[in-house]
Amino acid sequence: MKVLTIEDLKAVRTAAAKKLFLREQSDKSTGVHSSGLDAGTSHMQVLICGGTGCKASLSHLICDKIKELLQDRGLSDKVDVITTGCFGFCEKGPVVKIIPDNTFYTQVTPDDAHDIVCEHIIGGRRVERLLYVDPKTGQSVSDSKHMDFYRKQKRVALRNCGFIDPENIEEYIARDGYFALATSILQRKPDDVIEEVRRSGLRGRGGGGFPTGVKWGFARKSVSDVKYVVCNADEGDPGAFMDRSIMEGDPHSIVEAMAICGYSIGSSKGLVYIRAEYPLAIHRLKTAIGQAREWGLLGDNILGSGFSFDIEIRYGAGAFVCGEETALIHSMEGKRGEPTMKPPFPAESGYLGKPTNVNNVETFANIPVILTRGADWFASIGTEKSKGTKVFALAGKINNVGLIEVPMGTTLREVIYEIGGGIKGGKKFKAVQTGGPSGGCLTEKHLDIPIDFDSLLAEGSMMGSGGMIVMDEDDCMVSVARFYLDFTVEESCGKCTPCRIGNKRLLETLDKITGGRGTEEDLKTLSVLGKVIKDTALCGLGQTSPNPVLSTLNNFYDEYLEHVRDHKCRARQCKALLTYSINPSLCIGCHLCAKNCPADAIIGDVRKPHIINPNNCIRCGMCMARCKFKAISVN
Amino acid sequence: MPDTKLPCDVAEKVNAICQAHGDNPGELINILHEAQHVMGYLPEEMQRMIARRLSIPVSRVYGVVTFYAFFTMTAKGKYPISVCMGTACYVRGSEKLLEEFKRVLGIDVGETTPDGKFSLDCLRCVGACGLAPVVMIGDKVYGRLQPVDVKRILEELD
Repeated sequence: MKVLTIEDLKAVRTAAAKKLFLREQSDKSTGVHSSGLDAGTSHMQVLICGGTGCKASLSHLICDKIKELLQDRGLSDKVDVITTGCFGFCEKGPVVKIIPDNTFYTQVTPDDAHDIVCEHIIGGRRVERLLYVDPKTGQSVSDSKHMDFYRKQKRVALRNCGFIDPENIEEYIARDGYFALATSILQRKPDDVIEEVRRSGLRGRGGGGFPTGVKWGFARKSVSDVKYVVCNADEGDPGAFMDRSIMEGDPHSIVEAMAICGYSIGSSKGLVYIRAEYPLAIHRLKTAIGQAREWGLLGDNILGSGFSFDIEIRYGAGAFVCGEETALIHSMEGKRGEPTMKPPFPAESGYLGKPTNVNNVETFANIPVILTRGADWFASIGTEKSKGTKVFALAGKINNVGLIEVPMGTTLREVIYEIGGGIKGGKKFKAVQTGGPSGGCLTEKHLDIPIDFDSLLAEGSMMGSGGMIVMDEDDCMVSVARFYLDFTVEESCGKCTPCRIGNKRLLETLDKITGGRGTEEDLKTLSVLGKVIKDTALCGLGQTSPNPVLSTLNNFYDEYLEHVRDHKCRARQCKALLTYSINPSLCIGCHLCAKNCPADAIIGDVRKPHIINPNNCIRCGMCMARCKFKAISVN
Repeated sequence: MPDTKLPCDVAEKVNAICQAHGDNPGELINILHEAQHVMGYLPEEMQRMIARRLSIPVSRVYGVVTFYAFFTMTAKGKYPISVCMGTACYVRGSEKLLEEFKRVLGIDVGETTPDGKFSLDCLRCVGACGLAPVVMIGDKVYGRLQPVDVKRILEELD
């Protein structure tokens, strides 16, 4: 099928809207009672999360099983089984949703498929044991709208994730997909499109927060026969999966946005630089590009406008520094991903020396909806200087791990305690890390600051690409800083001295501290050296790499001091500072610990209390994990 | 680098890959991705061959191979084990898991057991943070693991 005019596109939307009508209705309605096919419901839909997280928990087998059961009963034409993108509630995955009653099943296994089909779809009785139980009230909640996890969220960039079939272009068009492109290239001047994006206040979601409209303006002004649009999908922040979920759940939005960007800056060539570790996202994106070409929404003379645009995929190969745009460009050219000085900015001289506009996946995902709903609508969400919403990958010691999207200005407290459901196991909150290896740790006293670009920066952290890791009292902040430094040292490209050598020295100092050999002088070294690296490194990676150290030094100085002065790690994470001991009054002498000790450090006769020889002990904790009598403690 | 010959069929495949990319040095990373599929790693002779085909110094190929984490110059084991070291997995104890794998297998990160069965690596986030800590063995994801599970899993595979 080829879409030749905007009228064709409208016809496709009308036809496909019928399919989505059921989903949209049940999404809006409140309190629809479940009634199965037996009770006269004519058509039902089963949405199954096909994101990487749920697939790892076998969601594709659930899908196969449900299809098979429906087919055996001759119900395939009455029930659509649709694999969607990520619903976000990864903690409770795999997630299955039944339409029209909007029932949200959690932690489903392939064995549950039978009950879902026979009980719910046919019989109209909800499968109670698969419903989400609100931990506060102990009541089960069947509609996701009423869950704390979803109540405070606002889905803009994720608007189609978990709602449409990402491999079906018609479903995307039914959600007004490709209309932003069509109206832009047929009815608006490139400068008007850029002005609309600028007025929306959208800022780059990859971490830098540079105004997108302004960036597009620079690329438009550069004069050249060839220009490039690049989508940065090299999501390298460990523990973050926002971009991947968007590409898996709504790949057409990226294709459409890149084409709009191409039209605006005067480019006909798009490149997606994507992590090779994301096979599913690559597959979905390729499918979307293929469909768009087939439908005439990519390629020559799109919708008869005279504008041509096509997209190619380039693979990353696992280098965090390639998130930096100049490094990314070198990598696309088949070279080592080393950054270069700016200026010249990519907007003047980028890929193959031509003007290049690089935006991140989430930034692009916002573009179509800004153009269809208008800059004013987008600018009405968020805070004065940070407009719209932000997607976060909420993870760590939190009850509801998952992918969330909140309006800018939401507080960390709302995110952690309401959406995130608080700290796992009732432990005490200690810190939240935003911005990944470039960001910092925020504490209890920062919980009420609004999340936006400037507030987080002012507190010594940063928005970053959207990783948000929650830590509890069992996490040692020195070890956490060390963890991030270890990452940066490994990922440093080695081009500039401050990053290559400075970070190495920082890491060695942290090793000394966590190894029980630190002094108070070392704390000064960390602080001074950290600031020097920040001021002198070449690229964004180096300039931000000391942030985890500096922010933990700032907010958890006591803990650092304890490590160097008292040789204590209050979170009991730094092995060298621990001593394992056996309480003789609890030890029954079962010998299990000694049998499992890999270092032969436990001695004692059977049925008599054992003791640990501290000189042999390698502090692996195996004895403590094995002891059935809680006789072993660590201090 | 010692000059060892690649098997004929491997050399043919690598040549075909280069040709499909127009012998263009700008395509080096894409070429290496595909070439790594042929044997599971990029031995020195293969890098030399690619350099000759693309008319670039072998140092440039080697420079790229060693720069990116995805490329490897050692053969992986029959069961490649990757422990996720993303932050979400780290705070839920992946470091202890890694230690246990190292201890039980007697190899370090980036190494393969002498019998060629297991190789050990770290990776950064597979995106299954809800299942943290996560280990990938081949294409299979193992979630919510504890160090005490390590021995059992390895025995099951063996």
